Amino acid sequence: MFGQSILSLVIWVPILAGVAVLATGSDRNAALARWVALAGALLGLIVAIPLVTGFDTGTSAMQFVEKAAWIPAFNVHYHLGVDGISMPLILLNSFITVLVVIAGWQVIQDKVAQYMAAFLIMSGLINGVFAALDGILFYVFFEGMLIPLYLIVGVWGGPNRVYAAFKFFLYTLLGSLLMLVSMIYLYFQSGGSFDILTWHTTVLGMTAQTLMFFAFLLAFGVKVPMWPVHTWLPDAHVEAPTGGSVVLAAITLKVGAYGFLRFILPILPDASHELAWFVILLSLIAVAYIGLVALVQADMKKLIAYSSIAHMGFVTLGFFMFNPLGTEGGLVQMISHGFVSAALFLCIGVMYDRLHSRQIKDYGGLVNRMPVFAAFFMLFAMANAGLPATSGFVGEFMVIMSATQVNFWFAFVAATTLIFGAAYTLWMYKRVVFGDVTNPHVEEMSDVNAREILLLGVLAACVLAMGLYPKPFTDVMHLSVVDLLAHVAQSKLP
Amino acid sequence: MSVFLHHFAPALPEIFVLAMVSLILVIDAAVDDSKRYLAYALSLITLAGAAFLTVRDFSTMPVLALGGLFIDDPLSDVLKLFLYLTVAVVLVYSRDYLTERGLYKGEFFVLALFAQLGMMVMVSASHFLTLYLGLELLSLSLYAMVALQRDSSVATEAAMKYFVLGALASGMLLYGMSMVYGVTGSLSLGDMAIALQDGTDLHVPLVFGIVFIVAGLAFKLGAVPFHMWVPDVYHGAPTAMTLFIGSAPKIAAFAFVVRILGQGLESQVAEWRDMLVILAVLSMGVGNLAAIAQTNLKRMFAYSTISHMGFMLLGILAGTQNGYGSAMFYVLVYALMSLGGFGMILLLSRAGFESDQLEDFKGLNRRSPWLAFLMLLLMFSMAGVPPTVGFYAKLAVLQAVVEIGYVWLAVAAVLFSLVGAFYYLRIVKLMYFDTPHDTTPITTSPDTRFLLSANGLAVLALGILPQPLMAVCVHAIGASF
Repeated sequence: MFGQSILSLVIWVPILAGVAVLATGSDRNAALARWVALAGALLGLIVAIPLVTGFDTGTSAMQFVEKAAWIPAFNVHYHLGVDGISMPLILLNSFITVLVVIAGWQVIQDKVAQYMAAFLIMSGLINGVFAALDGILFYVFFEGMLIPLYLIVGVWGGPNRVYAAFKFFLYTLLGSLLMLVSMIYLYFQSGGSFDILTWHTTVLGMTAQTLMFFAFLLAFGVKVPMWPVHTWLPDAHVEAPTGGSVVLAAITLKVGAYGFLRFILPILPDASHELAWFVILLSLIAVAYIGLVALVQADMKKLIAYSSIAHMGFVTLGFFMFNPLGTEGGLVQMISHGFVSAALFLCIGVMYDRLHSRQIKDYGGLVNRMPVFAAFFMLFAMANAGLPATSGFVGEFMVIMSATQVNFWFAFVAATTLIFGAAYTLWMYKRVVFGDVTNPHVEEMSDVNAREILLLGVLAACVLAMGLYPKPFTDVMHLSVVDLLAHVAQSKLP
Repeated sequence: MSVFLHHFAPALPEIFVLAMVSLILVIDAAVDDSKRYLAYALSLITLAGAAFLTVRDFSTMPVLALGGLFIDDPLSDVLKLFLYLTVAVVLVYSRDYLTERGLYKGEFFVLALFAQLGMMVMVSASHFLTLYLGLELLSLSLYAMVALQRDSSVATEAAMKYFVLGALASGMLLYGMSMVYGVTGSLSLGDMAIALQDGTDLHVPLVFGIVFIVAGLAFKLGAVPFHMWVPDVYHGAPTAMTLFIGSAPKIAAFAFVVRILGQGLESQVAEWRDMLVILAVLSMGVGNLAAIAQTNLKRMFAYSTISHMGFMLLGILAGTQNGYGSAMFYVLVYALMSLGGFGMILLLSRAGFESDQLEDFKGLNRRSPWLAFLMLLLMFSMAGVPPTVGFYAKLAVLQAVVEIGYVWLAVAAVLFSLVGAFYYLRIVKLMYFDTPHDTTPITTSPDTRFLLSANGLAVLALGILPQPLMAVCVHAIGASF
C-alpha cells in the first residue's frame, strides 16, 4: 500500500510523531512523551528499512522516486528520490534519531515533550534534505532543519548557549541565502526548472560557474564545516545538550558534505576542476592544522568537535580527488564519522551526567570506577584515531590511497592525521580514564547502566562491522559514484 | 434606473460601505455605552456584506466605470477581498485592547470603515483624481485614528507628525501628477499609458514628474529616505491603531504603486526602475540595521516594515507581470504576518500594561507554549525561513529580480535579510531561552485566541502549500494587465 511513497513516509513519520509528542503537553506527562517519542523514532527507522531491502545496487538512477506538482507557479515539484549516495545517509539519520531519543531519556527533565519533538521533526527534515530532488524542496528542508536545531541548542544547552545558537544560525543562514540566489539563477539558466537532475545537464559559462561555486561552497562549507568557516561548530557543540551534539556531529555535518556531491560537483564541474586546489588546500589545513588545535583543548566536547572538523576535511579532500576511490572513501568516512562521533559524544554525555563537567582535568582514573564504560570508550577512541578493523580506518585509508594517485604530497599531509588523530584522542583518553583518581567526585561515579550499554553497544557493533566488512556500503554507493564522476568529467561550458 | 445601475454597478461594494458607515454614524450617536457592541457588529456585517457583493460580481476582465474614473478588474476584486479580511481581523483583535483603554467608541469603527472605503477607492482607481481621493480619505482617517487617544501626548505627537509629513507627501504626489498631466494631457491612467507609448518630446518634464510621484509614493510606503514618520507613528499610536496602519494600508499602497507605475507609466519603466532600486536597497539596509537597535517591539516592527516594503519594491521594480505578481504575493503575506505580530502584542497587553517592550516576551514559552509557538512561526516567517510562507514571498521577489538580470540586487537583498534574521531570532530567543520576569496569567477572549491561532497557523499552512495564494496573485495580475 505504501510501496510508492516510502520516502514520504521516511520524511513525514518522524515529523508527525514529533507533533504527536508535542500534543502530550506539559512535563506532567513526561513519561508519555518519552514513550511516544521512542515509538515515533522506531517507526521512523522501520519505515526506512524498505530502502535497504528494496534498493537496486545495479543502477545509478534515482530510486523510490515520487514526483508531484507542488508550486506550479514556479515549476516546483515535490520530487523525491534516492541513489547510493543519499540512501545510506537517510538510514544513518533514522538510526541516530532512535539513539538520541534514548540518550535523552533521563537527562532531560525540563520541557521533555518539546525536546523530543524538536529532534523528531528535525530528523524528518534531514531525511527530506537527503531525499529532495527539487532545488526549492531541498532548500526548504535545508533551512527548516535550522529551526529545531536552534531551539535545541538554545533551550537545553550550556551556559553560553545563546551565543552559540545565534552564531550557528546566522552563520549557516549566510551560506544558504547565497545558495538560494544561485538556485534562482540556475532556474532561469535551465529554462525554468528547479529540478536538480536537470541542473546537472544545464550549460553554464565559466564566470557563472565560478561565482556559483563560491556561493555553494559557502553554503555547504559552513555546514561541513571547512576551515576557516568552522568556528561556529566548537561553540555549538560545547553548548548543545548531548543529543544535540550527537545530531550535529553525526548528521548535520553530513548535509554539507552531501551538498558537494549533489550540487557543486555535478552542476559546476568546470569550476570544480578549476578550483579543486582551493578546496584541497582548505581540506588539508583542516586535517593538519585543526588536528593540532584539537590537541590543546581542555574541554572534551571541544576536542571532539575539532576532531570532527579534521575528519570532515578528509571527506572533502576525497571528493575533490575526482576518482571513485576518493569519493567512496569520503562517503565511507561520512558514515563512519556518524557512528564514531555520535558514540564519543554519548560517552562524554555519560560522564557529564555523573560529574557535570566536560573538563579533562576534572577526570582521571575513571577505569577504576567504570571499567565497562572505559572499554567502550577505548574502542571509540581507537576508531576516532583510525585504528584498522574499526570503521574509522576504512575511509581514511581509501582517501589517502586516492590522494597518493593524484599527488604524493596531498597524501603526505593527509596522513599526518593518523599521527595527530591518535595523539589528541589517545592523550585525552589517557588523562580521563587512566591514572590515579585525583578528584574525589570521580570516586562516586557509577558504571554505565543498561540503557547506556545498549546505546554504546549498538554503536560499537556498527563501528566494528563497518571496519571489518565495509563492502556492503561501498557496493550500495559504487555505481552512483561512478555515474557522478562521469558527470563531473564532462565539461558544461557553452 | 437601469442606466444608473449599469453605470454604478461596478462600484456597488464602495457604495454599500459608504451607506453603512453613515448608518453606523447615526446609530452610534443614538445609543449609550452599554450598546457599543452594535457598532462593532455592524462594522463586521458591513465588511461581510461588501465581501459578498465583491464575490457576487467578481470580474473576469477589466471594466471601466464612472466615466473612466473607476476600474473594476480581478486585481481590485482580489485585493478588496483581502482588505475586508484584514480589516475584520483588525477589528476583532483590537476589541479587548480598546475596551480596556476606553477607546471602544463608535468613532473608531467609523474611522476604520472610512479608511477601508478609501483603500477600496485606491485599489479600484484608474484616474489620478480617484487615486488621490482614495488616498486622502485613507490618510485623514488614519491621522484621526492615531490621535484618538486624546490624553496621550505620545499619540498626539505621532498624529501630528504623521499629518504634517503625510500632507507634504500628498503635496509632492500632486505636484508630480500635475507635471505628468502637463506632458500627457490626461489624468486617466489608461489614456496616459497610450499617450506615452510612442515616447514623448517632453522627456525632462516627464521624468521630473515621475521623480515627484515616486517620492510621494515612497513617503506613503515608508521607504527610506522618506521613512522618518514610520517608527514614531508605529510607536506612538495605540497598538490597535498600529495594527491597522501596519496591515491593510500596505495592501492598498501596493495597488496604488502598481496602478501608477505599472499601468499609467508602464512605458517609462527604465526611468522609475533605478529610483526604486535605490529606495529598495536603502529601505532594506536602514530598516534592518535600525531594527536591531530597538528595545520597543512596535518600533522594531516599524523598522522591519520599512525593510519589508523595500523587499516588496524589488518585485515592482522588475516591471514585469511576474514581478507585480510577486510583489502582490509579498504584500499579502506581509499583511498576514503583520496582523499576527501586532495581534500578539495586543493579546498579551492588558489594562495598564502595553506589552510592547522586547522584555515582555521573555519566557513566553513557559507562560503559554502555544502563543510562543505561534509567535515563533510569525518571526521565522518574517525572517523568511522555510517552511513558513515568508520564505516564498522572498523567493518570489528574488526570482523576479534575477529574471531581469539584477543578480547583484538579489545578493544585496539576501544579505540584508540575514541582518534581519538576527532581530527576529532575538524574539524567539527571549521567548524560548529566557525565564519570564512577568508571571501574570495571560487572559484572552476565545475568539481572539482562535483567530490568532488561525493567523499563526496560516503562516505555516501557506508555507507548506503556497500554491493557492500564489495562483490567485498570478491570475489577478495576469487578468488585469
